[in-house]
Amino acid sequence: MVKEIERAGIPVVHMCTIVPISKTVGANRIVPTVAIPHPLGNPALSKEEEKALRRKLVEKALKALQTEIQEQTVFED
Amino acid sequence: MFKVVHYLNQFFANIGGEEKAHIPPEVREGFVGPGMAFNNAFKGEAQIVATVICGDSYFAENTQDALKQIIEMVKKYNPDIFIAGPAFNAGRYGTACATIAKAVKDELGIPVVTGMYIENPGVDLYKKDIYIISTKDNAAGMREAVPKMAALALKLAKGEEIGTPDQEGYIERGIRKNYFASERGSKRAVDMLIKKIKGEPFETEFKMPIFDRVAPNPAIKDITKAKIALVTSGGIVPKGNPDRIESSSASKFGKYDIEGVYDLTSETFETAHGGYDPVYANQDPDRVLPVDVLRELEKEGKIGSLHRYYYATVGNGTSVKNAAKFGQEIAKELIADGVQAVILTST
Repeated sequence: MVKEIERAGIPVVHMCTIVPISKTVGANRIVPTVAIPHPLGNPALSKEEEKALRRKLVEKALKALQTEIQEQTVFED
Repeated sequence: MFKVVHYLNQFFANIGGEEKAHIPPEVREGFVGPGMAFNNAFKGEAQIVATVICGDSYFAENTQDALKQIIEMVKKYNPDIFIAGPAFNAGRYGTACATIAKAVKDELGIPVVTGMYIENPGVDLYKKDIYIISTKDNAAGMREAVPKMAALALKLAKGEEIGTPDQEGYIERGIRKNYFASERGSKRAVDMLIKKIKGEPFETEFKMPIFDRVAPNPAIKDITKAKIALVTSGGIVPKGNPDRIESSSASKFGKYDIEGVYDLTSETFETAHGGYDPVYANQDPDRVLPVDVLRELEKEGKIGSLHRYYYATVGNGTSVKNAAKFGQEIAKELIADGVQAVILTST
Protein backbone atom coordinates (compact mmCIF):
# COMPACT_ATOMS: atom_id res chain seq x y z
CA MET A 1 0.00 0.00 0.00
CA VAL A 2 2.82 2.38 0.90
CA LYS A 3 4.44 1.92 -2.48
CA GLU A 4 1.23 2.40 -4.45
CA ILE A 5 0.38 5.59 -2.57
CA GLU A 6 3.90 6.90 -3.26
CA ARG A 7 3.61 5.84 -6.90
CA ALA A 8 0.39 7.82 -7.22
CA GLY A 9 2.35 10.92 -6.29
CA ILE A 10 1.54 11.48 -2.61
CA PRO A 11 4.49 11.56 -0.21
CA VAL A 12 3.93 8.92 2.46
CA VAL A 13 5.70 8.13 5.70
CA HIS A 14 5.58 4.55 6.97
CA MET A 15 5.45 4.22 10.76
CA CYS A 16 6.19 0.64 11.70
CA THR A 17 8.17 -1.56 14.07
CA ILE A 18 9.79 -4.08 11.71
CA VAL A 19 11.95 -1.77 9.60
CA PRO A 20 13.46 -4.54 7.39
CA ILE A 21 9.98 -5.47 6.18
CA SER A 22 9.18 -1.84 5.45
CA LYS A 23 12.36 -1.57 3.39
CA THR A 24 11.56 -4.77 1.48
CA VAL A 25 8.08 -3.49 0.77
CA GLY A 26 9.60 -0.35 -0.73
CA ALA A 27 8.68 2.43 1.71
CA ASN A 28 10.87 5.50 1.22
CA ARG A 29 10.30 7.49 4.42
CA ILE A 30 10.35 5.17 7.42
CA VAL A 31 9.86 6.04 11.10
CA PRO A 32 10.55 3.12 13.49
CA THR A 33 7.91 2.65 16.19
CA VAL A 34 7.62 1.13 19.66
CA ALA A 35 6.30 -2.43 19.38
CA ILE A 36 4.17 -4.57 17.09
CA PRO A 37 0.92 -4.60 19.12
CA HIS A 38 1.27 -0.92 20.09
CA PRO A 39 3.42 0.90 17.52
CA LEU A 40 2.40 4.36 18.74
CA GLY A 41 2.00 3.73 22.42
CA ASN A 42 3.41 2.03 25.44
CA PRO A 43 0.99 0.60 27.99
CA ALA A 44 3.75 0.63 30.63
CA LEU A 45 3.69 4.44 30.71
CA SER A 46 1.15 6.77 32.29
CA LYS A 47 -1.54 8.17 29.96
CA GLU A 48 0.23 11.52 29.73
CA GLU A 49 3.67 10.06 29.10
CA GLU A 50 2.23 7.74 26.51
CA LYS A 51 0.57 10.57 24.63
CA ALA A 52 3.80 12.57 24.74
CA LEU A 53 5.64 9.59 23.26
CA ARG A 54 3.04 9.28 20.53
CA ARG A 55 3.26 12.98 19.78
CA LYS A 56 7.04 12.76 19.47
CA LEU A 57 6.75 9.91 16.98
CA VAL A 58 4.11 11.70 14.91
CA GLU A 59 6.21 14.87 14.90
CA LYS A 60 9.10 12.77 13.63
CA ALA A 61 6.84 11.49 10.85
CA LEU A 62 5.88 15.06 9.95
CA LYS A 63 9.56 15.97 9.83
CA ALA A 64 10.19 13.03 7.53
CA LEU A 65 7.48 14.31 5.19
CA GLN A 66 9.22 17.69 5.09
CA THR A 67 12.65 16.20 4.35
CA GLU A 68 13.88 15.85 0.77
CA ILE A 69 15.33 12.37 0.24
CA GLN A 70 16.89 10.55 -2.69
CA GLU A 71 16.57 6.99 -1.43
CA GLN A 72 14.96 4.89 1.31
CA THR A 73 15.60 6.69 4.58
CA VAL A 74 14.99 5.55 8.14
CA PHE A 75 14.36 8.52 10.42
CA GLU A 76 15.97 7.54 13.71
CA ASP A 77 16.32 9.91 16.66
CA MET B 1 23.77 -39.65 12.20
CA PHE B 2 23.56 -35.88 11.67
CA LYS B 3 22.53 -33.70 14.59
CA VAL B 4 19.86 -31.12 13.84
CA VAL B 5 18.71 -28.05 15.75
CA HIS B 6 15.23 -26.83 14.82
CA TYR B 7 13.76 -23.33 15.25
CA LEU B 8 10.05 -22.73 15.92
CA ASN B 9 7.87 -19.81 16.98
CA GLN B 10 5.55 -19.87 20.01
CA PHE B 11 2.63 -20.99 17.87
CA PHE B 12 4.18 -24.06 16.25
CA ALA B 13 5.78 -24.98 19.59
CA ASN B 14 2.23 -25.17 21.02
CA ILE B 15 2.92 -22.50 23.63
CA GLY B 16 0.22 -20.12 22.46
CA GLY B 17 -0.97 -17.60 19.89
CA GLU B 18 -0.53 -13.85 19.77
CA GLU B 19 -0.91 -13.55 23.55
CA LYS B 20 2.39 -15.49 23.81
CA ALA B 21 4.20 -13.77 20.94
CA HIS B 22 6.36 -11.82 23.40
CA ILE B 23 8.16 -14.82 24.94
CA PRO B 24 11.99 -14.68 24.85
CA PRO B 25 14.13 -17.47 23.35
CA GLU B 26 14.19 -20.82 25.10
CA VAL B 27 15.61 -24.20 24.19
CA ARG B 28 14.20 -27.69 24.66
CA GLU B 29 15.90 -31.04 24.25
CA GLY B 30 14.67 -33.10 21.31
CA PHE B 31 11.89 -32.29 18.86
CA VAL B 32 8.77 -30.18 19.39
CA GLY B 33 5.61 -30.02 17.21
CA PRO B 34 6.49 -30.28 13.51
CA GLY B 35 9.92 -31.60 14.55
CA MET B 36 8.40 -35.06 14.68
CA ALA B 37 7.58 -34.94 10.97
CA PHE B 38 11.17 -33.84 10.25
CA ASN B 39 12.58 -36.75 12.25
CA ASN B 40 10.42 -39.13 10.23
CA ALA B 41 11.50 -37.52 6.96
CA PHE B 42 15.19 -37.87 7.90
CA LYS B 43 14.67 -41.67 7.89
CA GLY B 44 17.35 -42.32 10.49
CA GLU B 45 20.01 -40.23 8.73
CA ALA B 46 19.54 -37.24 11.02
CA GLN B 47 17.76 -36.39 14.24
CA ILE B 48 16.59 -33.23 15.97
CA VAL B 49 18.62 -32.93 19.17
CA ALA B 50 17.19 -29.61 20.32
CA THR B 51 14.48 -27.10 19.47
CA VAL B 52 14.91 -23.37 19.94
CA ILE B 53 11.67 -21.43 20.42
CA CYS B 54 11.06 -17.70 20.41
CA GLY B 55 7.95 -15.51 20.28
CA ASP B 56 7.47 -13.75 16.95
CA SER B 57 7.02 -10.29 18.43
CA TYR B 58 9.91 -10.76 20.83
CA PHE B 59 12.25 -11.60 17.97
CA ALA B 60 11.02 -8.74 15.78
CA GLU B 61 11.34 -6.19 18.56
CA ASN B 62 14.64 -7.42 20.05
CA THR B 63 16.30 -8.86 16.97
CA GLN B 64 19.95 -8.31 17.86
CA ASP B 65 19.68 -9.59 21.46
CA ALA B 66 17.47 -12.53 20.54
CA LEU B 67 19.79 -13.47 17.69
CA LYS B 68 22.78 -13.52 20.01
CA GLN B 69 21.00 -15.72 22.55
CA ILE B 70 19.71 -18.08 19.87
CA ILE B 71 23.14 -18.50 18.25
CA GLU B 72 24.56 -19.43 21.66
CA MET B 73 21.77 -21.96 22.21
CA VAL B 74 22.35 -23.55 18.80
CA LYS B 75 26.13 -23.60 19.24
CA LYS B 76 25.86 -25.55 22.49
CA TYR B 77 24.48 -28.57 20.63
CA ASN B 78 27.17 -28.49 17.98
CA PRO B 79 24.71 -29.48 15.22
CA ASP B 80 25.44 -30.51 11.63
CA ILE B 81 22.24 -28.99 10.28
CA PHE B 82 19.96 -26.10 11.24
CA ILE B 83 16.30 -26.06 10.21
CA ALA B 84 13.93 -23.13 10.73
CA GLY B 85 10.15 -23.23 10.32
CA PRO B 86 8.54 -23.67 7.85
CA ALA B 87 6.88 -20.28 8.29
CA PHE B 88 4.40 -20.32 5.36
CA ASN B 89 3.00 -16.78 5.00
CA ALA B 90 3.60 -15.60 8.58
CA GLY B 91 5.60 -12.41 8.12
CA ARG B 92 7.32 -12.03 11.49
CA TYR B 93 7.97 -15.76 11.73
CA GLY B 94 9.39 -15.93 8.20
CA THR B 95 11.63 -12.94 8.82
CA ALA B 96 12.84 -14.55 12.06
CA CYS B 97 13.48 -17.95 10.42
CA ALA B 98 15.49 -16.39 7.60
CA THR B 99 17.43 -13.96 9.81
CA ILE B 100 18.39 -16.72 12.26
CA ALA B 101 19.22 -19.22 9.50
CA LYS B 102 21.53 -16.74 7.81
CA ALA B 103 23.26 -15.91 11.10
CA VAL B 104 23.72 -19.61 11.94
CA LYS B 105 25.17 -20.24 8.48
CA ASP B 106 27.56 -17.28 8.75
CA GLU B 107 28.65 -17.77 12.34
CA LEU B 108 28.60 -21.55 12.78
CA GLY B 109 29.31 -22.53 9.18
CA ILE B 110 26.71 -25.29 9.01
CA PRO B 111 24.05 -25.88 6.33
CA VAL B 112 20.71 -24.20 6.98
CA VAL B 113 17.30 -24.69 5.42
CA THR B 114 14.03 -22.89 5.98
CA GLY B 115 10.70 -22.86 4.19
CA MET B 116 8.08 -20.23 3.39
CA TYR B 117 5.51 -18.90 0.95
CA ILE B 118 6.90 -16.84 -1.91
CA GLU B 119 5.24 -13.60 -0.66
CA ASN B 120 6.61 -13.89 2.88
CA PRO B 121 8.80 -10.80 3.48
CA GLY B 122 11.56 -13.14 4.73
CA VAL B 123 11.99 -14.35 1.15
CA ASP B 124 13.05 -11.08 -0.43
CA LEU B 125 15.28 -10.31 2.54
CA TYR B 126 17.36 -13.50 2.46
CA LYS B 127 16.66 -15.66 -0.61
CA LYS B 128 20.08 -14.77 -1.99
CA ASP B 129 21.80 -15.99 1.18
CA ILE B 130 20.04 -19.21 2.11
CA TYR B 131 17.95 -22.07 0.78
CA ILE B 132 14.25 -21.39 1.32
CA ILE B 133 11.92 -24.20 0.29
CA SER B 134 8.83 -22.80 -1.43
CA THR B 135 5.70 -23.70 0.56
CA LYS B 136 1.96 -23.06 0.52
CA ASP B 137 0.71 -19.93 2.28
CA ASN B 138 -0.67 -21.79 5.30
CA ALA B 139 0.14 -24.70 7.59
CA ALA B 140 -1.91 -27.08 5.45
CA GLY B 141 1.26 -27.18 3.33
CA MET B 142 3.28 -28.77 6.17
CA ARG B 143 3.09 -32.26 4.74
CA GLU B 144 4.51 -31.15 1.41
CA ALA B 145 7.13 -28.82 2.85
CA VAL B 146 8.78 -31.10 5.41
CA PRO B 147 10.09 -33.85 3.06
CA LYS B 148 11.56 -31.23 0.69
CA MET B 149 13.24 -29.34 3.51
CA ALA B 150 14.56 -32.55 5.05
CA ALA B 151 15.88 -33.88 1.73
CA LEU B 152 17.68 -30.64 0.89
CA ALA B 153 19.15 -30.42 4.40
CA LEU B 154 20.54 -33.96 4.15
CA LYS B 155 22.05 -33.25 0.73
CA LEU B 156 23.73 -30.13 2.08
CA ALA B 157 25.04 -31.96 5.15
CA LYS B 158 26.50 -34.71 2.96
CA GLY B 159 28.06 -32.18 0.63
CA GLU B 160 26.12 -33.51 -2.35
CA GLU B 161 25.52 -31.39 -5.39
CA ILE B 162 22.38 -29.26 -5.13
CA GLY B 163 20.08 -29.23 -8.15
CA THR B 164 18.15 -26.34 -9.64
CA PRO B 165 15.35 -24.58 -7.76
CA ASP B 166 12.82 -26.59 -9.76
CA GLN B 167 14.44 -29.91 -8.92
CA GLU B 168 14.88 -29.26 -5.20
CA GLY B 169 11.87 -27.05 -4.56
CA TYR B 170 13.70 -24.02 -3.18
CA ILE B 171 13.13 -20.39 -4.09
CA GLU B 172 15.49 -19.05 -6.74
CA ARG B 173 18.55 -17.43 -5.24
CA GLY B 174 19.67 -15.58 -8.35
CA ILE B 175 22.82 -17.66 -8.64
CA ARG B 176 24.05 -18.51 -12.13
CA LYS B 177 25.84 -21.78 -12.60
CA ASN B 178 27.96 -22.83 -15.54
CA TYR B 179 27.24 -26.16 -17.19
CA PHE B 180 27.95 -27.89 -20.48
CA ALA B 181 24.88 -27.78 -22.68
CA SER B 182 24.43 -30.45 -25.27
CA GLU B 183 23.59 -27.91 -27.95
CA ARG B 184 25.35 -24.68 -28.80
CA GLY B 185 23.96 -21.28 -27.87
CA SER B 186 22.85 -20.22 -31.35
CA LYS B 187 20.68 -23.30 -31.72
CA ARG B 188 19.21 -22.93 -28.26
CA ALA B 189 18.39 -19.30 -28.97
CA VAL B 190 16.65 -20.09 -32.28
CA ASP B 191 14.71 -22.95 -30.64
CA MET B 192 13.59 -20.61 -27.91
CA LEU B 193 12.56 -17.95 -30.43
CA ILE B 194 10.51 -20.45 -32.42
CA LYS B 195 8.74 -21.61 -29.27
CA LYS B 196 8.03 -18.01 -28.38
CA ILE B 197 6.60 -17.26 -31.85
CA LYS B 198 4.40 -20.37 -31.66
CA GLY B 199 3.19 -19.26 -28.24
CA GLU B 200 4.62 -22.38 -26.58
CA PRO B 201 6.10 -22.33 -23.08
CA PHE B 202 9.85 -21.81 -22.93
CA GLU B 203 12.38 -21.22 -20.22
CA THR B 204 14.86 -18.38 -20.42
CA GLU B 205 18.49 -19.14 -19.56
CA PHE B 206 19.07 -15.69 -18.17
CA LYS B 207 16.34 -14.26 -15.99
CA MET B 208 16.39 -10.54 -15.50
CA PRO B 209 15.90 -9.40 -11.93
CA ILE B 210 12.68 -7.53 -11.24
CA PHE B 211 13.10 -4.21 -9.49
CA ASP B 212 9.98 -2.47 -8.41
CA ARG B 213 11.04 0.60 -6.55
CA VAL B 214 9.20 3.90 -6.52
CA ALA B 215 11.30 7.05 -6.22
CA PRO B 216 10.52 9.22 -3.19
CA ASN B 217 8.14 12.10 -3.84
CA PRO B 218 9.34 15.65 -3.11
CA ALA B 219 9.00 16.75 0.50
CA ILE B 220 6.05 18.79 1.75
CA LYS B 221 7.05 22.47 1.62
CA ASP B 222 4.62 23.81 4.20
CA ILE B 223 3.20 21.15 6.49
CA THR B 224 1.11 23.78 8.32
CA LYS B 225 -1.02 24.05 5.20
CA ALA B 226 -1.05 20.40 4.19
CA LYS B 227 -4.04 18.11 4.36
CA ILE B 228 -2.81 14.84 5.86
CA ALA B 229 -4.57 11.49 5.73
CA LEU B 230 -4.16 8.47 7.95
CA VAL B 231 -3.99 4.97 6.51
CA THR B 232 -3.29 1.81 8.47
CA SER B 233 -2.69 -1.89 7.93
CA GLY B 234 -3.22 -2.38 11.66
CA GLY B 235 -6.93 -3.12 11.34
CA ILE B 236 -8.38 -0.20 13.33
CA VAL B 237 -12.11 -0.09 12.57
CA PRO B 238 -15.24 1.38 14.17
CA LYS B 239 -16.47 -0.91 16.92
CA GLY B 240 -18.26 -3.92 15.47
CA ASN B 241 -16.17 -3.93 12.28
CA PRO B 242 -19.05 -2.73 10.04
CA ASP B 243 -17.33 -3.79 6.79
CA ARG B 244 -16.40 -7.19 8.19
CA ILE B 245 -12.74 -6.82 7.23
CA GLU B 246 -11.19 -10.26 7.62
CA SER B 247 -8.77 -10.85 10.50
CA SER B 248 -6.30 -12.39 8.04
CA SER B 249 -5.90 -12.50 4.25
CA ALA B 250 -8.03 -9.35 3.96
CA SER B 251 -9.98 -9.00 0.72
CA LYS B 252 -10.99 -5.37 1.33
CA PHE B 253 -10.26 -2.10 3.06
CA GLY B 254 -12.55 0.29 4.91
CA LYS B 255 -13.02 4.07 4.71
CA TYR B 256 -14.18 5.70 7.92
CA ASP B 257 -15.42 9.19 8.74
CA ILE B 258 -13.64 10.75 11.71
CA GLU B 259 -15.14 14.21 11.49
CA GLY B 260 -15.60 15.42 15.06
CA VAL B 261 -13.58 12.50 16.46
CA TYR B 262 -10.80 13.78 18.70
CA ASP B 263 -9.80 10.59 20.42
CA LEU B 264 -10.24 6.90 19.58
CA THR B 265 -11.54 5.00 22.59
CA SER B 266 -12.27 1.39 23.49
CA GLU B 267 -15.98 2.22 23.26
CA THR B 268 -15.85 3.52 19.70
CA PHE B 269 -13.04 1.73 17.84
CA GLU B 270 -11.23 -1.60 17.91
CA THR B 271 -8.84 -3.69 15.85
CA ALA B 272 -9.95 -6.37 13.43
CA HIS B 273 -6.36 -7.62 12.99
CA GLY B 274 -5.77 -11.28 13.82
CA GLY B 275 -1.99 -11.19 13.61
CA TYR B 276 -1.04 -9.46 16.83
CA ASP B 277 -2.21 -9.41 20.44
CA PRO B 278 -5.24 -7.05 20.22
CA VAL B 279 -5.35 -6.11 23.93
CA TYR B 280 -3.39 -2.84 23.67
CA ALA B 281 -5.03 -1.62 20.46
CA ASN B 282 -8.50 -2.36 21.84
CA GLN B 283 -7.74 -0.49 25.08
CA ASP B 284 -6.66 2.59 23.15
CA PRO B 285 -6.80 2.45 19.33
CA ASP B 286 -4.72 5.67 19.18
CA ARG B 287 -1.78 3.36 19.88
CA VAL B 288 -2.11 2.21 16.26
CA LEU B 289 -3.89 5.13 14.60
CA PRO B 290 -2.77 8.40 16.25
CA VAL B 291 -5.94 10.44 15.73
CA ASP B 292 -5.70 12.13 19.17
CA VAL B 293 -2.25 13.57 18.53
CA LEU B 294 -3.04 14.67 14.97
CA ARG B 295 -6.13 16.50 16.22
CA GLU B 296 -3.92 18.36 18.73
CA LEU B 297 -1.44 19.27 16.04
CA GLU B 298 -4.30 20.38 13.80
CA LYS B 299 -5.69 22.61 16.56
CA GLU B 300 -2.27 24.13 17.20
CA GLY B 301 -1.86 24.87 13.50
CA LYS B 302 1.14 22.55 13.18
CA ILE B 303 -0.56 20.75 10.30
CA GLY B 304 -3.08 22.11 7.81
CA SER B 305 -5.77 19.56 8.55
CA LEU B 306 -6.43 15.91 9.19
CA HIS B 307 -8.38 14.39 6.29
CA ARG B 308 -11.99 13.63 7.15
CA TYR B 309 -11.64 9.93 6.33
CA TYR B 310 -9.09 7.36 7.29
CA TYR B 311 -8.51 4.08 5.49
CA ALA B 312 -7.84 0.74 7.16
CA THR B 313 -7.20 -2.83 6.27
CA VAL B 314 -5.70 -5.85 7.99
CA GLY B 315 -2.14 -6.59 6.93
CA ASN B 316 -1.97 -10.22 8.01
CA GLY B 317 -1.10 -12.69 5.31
CA THR B 318 -2.77 -10.29 2.88
CA SER B 319 -1.63 -11.03 -0.65
CA VAL B 320 0.69 -8.53 -2.30
CA LYS B 321 -1.77 -8.31 -5.17
CA ASN B 322 -4.62 -7.25 -2.88
CA ALA B 323 -2.46 -4.84 -0.92
CA ALA B 324 -1.29 -3.15 -4.13
CA LYS B 325 -4.87 -2.89 -5.34
CA PHE B 326 -5.99 -1.34 -2.02
CA GLY B 327 -3.14 1.14 -2.21
CA GLN B 328 -4.06 2.19 -5.75
CA GLU B 329 -7.74 2.64 -4.92
CA ILE B 330 -7.00 4.56 -1.72
CA ALA B 331 -4.48 6.82 -3.47
CA LYS B 332 -6.97 7.65 -6.20
CA GLU B 333 -9.54 8.81 -3.65
CA LEU B 334 -6.97 10.72 -1.63
CA ILE B 335 -5.81 12.62 -4.70
CA ALA B 336 -9.41 13.43 -5.65
CA ASP B 337 -9.93 14.74 -2.10
CA GLY B 338 -6.84 16.96 -2.29
CA VAL B 339 -4.77 15.10 0.31
CA GLN B 340 -1.09 16.12 0.17
CA ALA B 341 0.59 13.65 2.50
CA VAL B 342 -0.10 10.29 4.12
CA ILE B 343 0.93 8.76 7.42
CA LEU B 344 0.63 4.99 7.11
CA THR B 345 0.92 2.96 10.30
CA SER B 346 1.63 -0.77 10.50
CA THR B 347 1.71 -3.24 13.35
